[in-house]
Amino acid sequence: MSNGMSQAAATGPCAEAGVTIRRAGADHLDQIVDLDARITGLAKPDYWADIFERYGTRRSHERFFLVAEAPDGTLAGMIAGEVRGWEFGSQPCGWVFMVSVDPGMRGQHVGECLFRAICDAFRKIGIDKVRTMVRRQDRLNMAFFRAEGMVAGPYIQLELDLDEDE
Amino acid sequence: MQTSSRLAIYALIELASNPDKPISAAEIGTKYRVSAHHLAKVLLTLGRAGLVQSVRGVGGGYTFTGNARRVTLLDIIALFEDTSTECRLSDPTKATPEEWALFDVNKEIDDIALATYGSITLATMLKHVERRRKSAPARTEGASES
Repeated sequence: MSNGMSQAAATGPCAEAGVTIRRAGADHLDQIVDLDARITGLAKPDYWADIFERYGTRRSHERFFLVAEAPDGTLAGMIAGEVRGWEFGSQPCGWVFMVSVDPGMRGQHVGECLFRAICDAFRKIGIDKVRTMVRRQDRLNMAFFRAEGMVAGPYIQLELDLDEDE
Repeated sequence: MQTSSRLAIYALIELASNPDKPISAAEIGTKYRVSAHHLAKVLLTLGRAGLVQSVRGVGGGYTFTGNARRVTLLDIIALFEDTSTECRLSDPTKATPEEWALFDVNKEIDDIALATYGSITLATMLKHVERRRKSAPARTEGASES
């Protein structure tokens, strides 16, 4: 996959969304920070610069930081993931750890287009499984991933409150 | 999941997948091997919730009037049973650590179940049904209903 995974498909969710999918570039950073700040209420330029440096510039054969651009070049959404493997015996799988869509463009298949693009990217390098982790109470993202066909996998997330384990 | 909840989900899947065609309680009952009488009571509740509408006359039946991309399984289940995970210990003030420990485990399971039902819309279920239809022969492993 070259830097231009840029042609929006003539049909399907990308065509319906009217967006073009590209790998994130340094010139997208300001819009990425702005989109995240509008959604979370907190601007985190250092965090996003670090994410971009790690997932947008290194090991690009198995790390994908993709953006969806509207026809006028504005950022409609973004998604990031990488190949992870051998954690507790897991075969290498695609791992999506971030997806975000401009609130003004939700319900227009932008997220679906991004998700399919990253799944295609994983598929092209021989990955046949994609996973993610979402907060149980995060109905928006839970419903999104469910609508894309994701189901509960064989792993379960566990945690320990270290302050109580004395 | 209680029988009424399950029937309601089946009925709504049936109606939402045929948005332009009224379907009678008898037709749905025949398909899912349940009495039309029980189903009629379920459909009455769904009608009060604004999810279905009855169409009278020849060729009448019920039509889906909700938003399949918004209505979740939890929304439907909540019409028929208590979905809260409030503490159900008979007397929390006298509960032992053993009772609280088992309560914690059961709450963990309930929370996961609610999150699952709450994240699956009717539209997602319709896609799931379609995938099942294409993956014939249908898998039956672990298919007992609860």
